[in-house]
Amino acid sequence: MRLELSRVVQGCRRGVLTGLGRSGGHSLELPGCLLYTRCASVPHLTHDTLHTLPHLPPVTQISLDSLAEHQEVLEEFGEGVAKFAGLHDTVLFCSLHDLATPRPSGYNTNKTVSVWGSGGRIELSAARYMALQAAIRPDWYQSLADGETPPSASRKRARKAVDRTLTHLDECLSLHHQTQELRGAEIFGVVEGGDVLEERPELRCQLIAGVTKELPEDKPRLLLGVGCPDEVLACVEAGVDLFESSFPFQVTERGCALCFSFNIEPDPESAVLERNGPQSDGERGAKTQDDPEQMTPFEMNLKDKRYRDDFRPLVAGCECYCCRHHQRAYLHHLLVTNELLAGVLLMLHNLTHYCGFFRALRGALESGRLQALRRRILQREGGV
Amino acid sequence: MAASTESGAGMGAAHPGVSAAAPLALRIVAQCPVSKARACDLTLPHCTVNTPVFMPVGTQGTMKGITTGQLEDLGCQICLGNTYHLGMRPGPQLIEKANGLHGFMNWKRNLLTMVSLVELSEVTEEGVKFRSPYDGKEILLTPEQSISIQNSLGSDIMMQLDDVVSSTVTGPRVEEAMRRSIRWLDRCIAANKNPDRQKLFAIIQGGLSAELRRTCLEEMTKRDVPGFAIGGLSGGEEKDDFWKMVTLSTDHLPLHKPRYLMGVGYAVDLVVCVALGCDMFDCVFPTRTAPLASAL
Repeated sequence: MRLELSRVVQGCRRGVLTGLGRSGGHSLELPGCLLYTRCASVPHLTHDTLHTLPHLPPVTQISLDSLAEHQEVLEEFGEGVAKFAGLHDTVLFCSLHDLATPRPSGYNTNKTVSVWGSGGRIELSAARYMALQAAIRPDWYQSLADGETPPSASRKRARKAVDRTLTHLDECLSLHHQTQELRGAEIFGVVEGGDVLEERPELRCQLIAGVTKELPEDKPRLLLGVGCPDEVLACVEAGVDLFESSFPFQVTERGCALCFSFNIEPDPESAVLERNGPQSDGERGAKTQDDPEQMTPFEMNLKDKRYRDDFRPLVAGCECYCCRHHQRAYLHHLLVTNELLAGVLLMLHNLTHYCGFFRALRGALESGRLQALRRRILQREGGV
Repeated sequence: MAASTESGAGMGAAHPGVSAAAPLALRIVAQCPVSKARACDLTLPHCTVNTPVFMPVGTQGTMKGITTGQLEDLGCQICLGNTYHLGMRPGPQLIEKANGLHGFMNWKRNLLTMVSLVELSEVTEEGVKFRSPYDGKEILLTPEQSISIQNSLGSDIMMQLDDVVSSTVTGPRVEEAMRRSIRWLDRCIAANKNPDRQKLFAIIQGGLSAELRRTCLEEMTKRDVPGFAIGGLSGGEEKDDFWKMVTLSTDHLPLHKPRYLMGVGYAVDLVVCVALGCDMFDCVFPTRTAPLASAL
């Protein structure tokens, strides 16, 4: 894996990761997002619906907690999760937790980290963790880490998290080199230490900027658990390269469609279309931090009655399958009748829109128009 | 019974005694030398349907979790919608505004709509009375309204409103339901505003009584409807009673019109009933089985 940075503007890193995957044939543009999955499957989508996406993220994220209880099956299968789950030709990144799923805290010890599967808690030592990674066979994976440092955590608890995580990393690295199945895989170290500072988002970004300053320039920085467009922008400015894509999934789960504009060169025609968009209806979610259930100002709630007879696509000009074939009124109907297709179509749109946002972000970095993009994104919050 | 001929422009002159329902083209491609099985091309407004055909059930304007693009790729030429469900949500006016159910769900091929009602309904000569599951209001669905909704949906094949009793019911109620279904067929034919592009199928009733079935067949085949369904079966009756009613029906149905056996979907039943001369089938079996984590 090689990182080439083509531009660094005000802390934002524009670049490309090349030589990815066991074959080394994949590359990933930065800043970028990974493809979010649950149990190694993109929620709501099958192989054929997934492949209607115009641009698929080249790296797929799976989380170990959803796979831990299938260790024996995976070991017997012996060819890794990518093949087991019938994933397309992709680079596989395995994280410890699915951050979009809430989990109980208070179970980590000096030697172990707990994850929750459908059958309950599974306690992982570094050895068990690495045995699982060997069965999963990812291309990238994060080292075992103690991430239980909510804002309320004491400095002492944060210190402990750091010590444990460092010990886990050493053990993982040493086992990594002894594990045949993980030959050629890349390990991502995890920076812990709590977010003691970060009650307010500006402070969180300061914290992240402080961390990235200490990180080697030539290695990618992945931030888990941040996905809202305005926060992504702020974190890119703080030197982060990679994000998850659980955000569009969470938007889908609440029956919403992403509709924020990231077009910084609006032609007169699309300017008119945007005026007819949802923001002019005065319906904007309140921006609240850290509540995945809560609607954000970047989306429209299609369950709302106003869309009952709205025969426009979700977003004019969007090239996703949903917008090319269906109208808001149909999505409203599918949501009201609890039909499975609602999740499929919303997921297709939201993923497409989210990946489009990252493309626009990279474009803005290249053309030096990041401020224009930021204005465009933040403008939505004011309900313009 | 006289179907309206005003809207039948472009179908040739309507002769007295001949209804405005344009014969829908059924071309028999092959016939089994042993059984009554046949392979046909059924020409419908949106595309030709190759029979025997299983029609998947998309009750509320969608096939469980599948896009219309995928459905097309699966080779589906016709699928079902439910008049009652769609009439309640989103309602006929909205669907009309969306250019019919085809436009609303963006489906380019054929649709068949039927009226399958909730269990707890009360039947009078006027129509079927039931309580709305959404607001608890009492609603009366007449044969005329059932057709009016289906005219708004714009389905290629519409089903008449019939008086269905469970196939395990016996006694005078079976005959009453059969006779009422004939009267309602006439009301449905008269109510159809688009006989040129929306084909109305009659539904043969008569329970498990050969005599009642024969009477129903005799009466309904006098009407010039474009196709026939065999209804009131697949309700838990013995297979021995079931197949006898099917073969009796196909014996009396005209050869050149499609026969639709309602509610049949298990593989063995499909093969047997194709051999007995049925062309079209529907069942919720595959769409209801998949969410229960079962693969056929």
